Amino acid sequence: MTYTQLAVAAVALVMVLDLVVVRTRLLRRKVFWTAYAIIAFFQLVTNGILTGLPIVRYDGAAIVGSSTPVDARPPFLGDGRIAYAPFEDLLFGFALVLLTLVLWVWAGRRGVQRTPYAGPPRVRWPGSAAPGDGASYEPG
Amino acid sequence: MSHLSYVAVLAFVVAGTAWLEVALRTRVSRRWRRLLLAVVPVVVVFSAWDLYAIAHGHWSFDASRVTGIELPGSLPLDEVLFFVVVPIAAVLTLEAVRAVKRWEVGDEPPGTCSDGVRTDDGPR
Repeated sequence: MTYTQLAVAAVALVMVLDLVVVRTRLLRRKVFWTAYAIIAFFQLVTNGILTGLPIVRYDGAAIVGSSTPVDARPPFLGDGRIAYAPFEDLLFGFALVLLTLVLWVWAGRRGVQRTPYAGPPRVRWPGSAAPGDGASYEPG
Repeated sequence: MSHLSYVAVLAFVVAGTAWLEVALRTRVSRRWRRLLLAVVPVVVVFSAWDLYAIAHGHWSFDASRVTGIELPGSLPLDEVLFFVVVPIAAVLTLEAVRAVKRWEVGDEPPGTCSDGVRTDDGPR
């Protein structure tokens, strides 16, 4: 199988795991998509270093785009690449992150260290749910 | 070039997320057994994928920019560390959003959330 095929299959499998098998349903929660948006941004930065230097090279036979050139940087955008990385890396990363978080939430739901919950922030944080937002939330 | 280039990227990921544990009280380190249950399967599954991809030439590593320490199957140690560091960063990010927003994640006991927001803080 090519990297493209494996990456698409991995995303589909983990989505089925989340929505049907263990029913953590993270894909239907804004907490997941907010966290994923942050993670995806930093993936583009860090993976751009890994693939742009390049530390990792790809074979054109395994991806939609071309092979990483021998003595040059791959394109920043285009030829199947986003921020130097094959777009397949975004699928790889999505599957990795979603699988991790499905397992994390599933373990908590099964009673493995469900608590202590995260928060409250020790520092003032923009957009924080403040006391009186529908919850008794004591800072400190 | 430096053999620590790849590891330096991982160090950036660690530094970029570890502070959440202090500043936002993500409390992931206090739930380390649960963290293991999330991270270990990811290390196993994605290392297997990596071994397949390396064996079939999907990708390769610049020998001058990785540590040079390899596991069986020519799997660079750097890659295994990636599969440890990135899942932990993902959990810290999810818990950071929860610490700030209190949004329902799906592990709360029944009746402790209202309109998708947690209303009970649970034991500390």
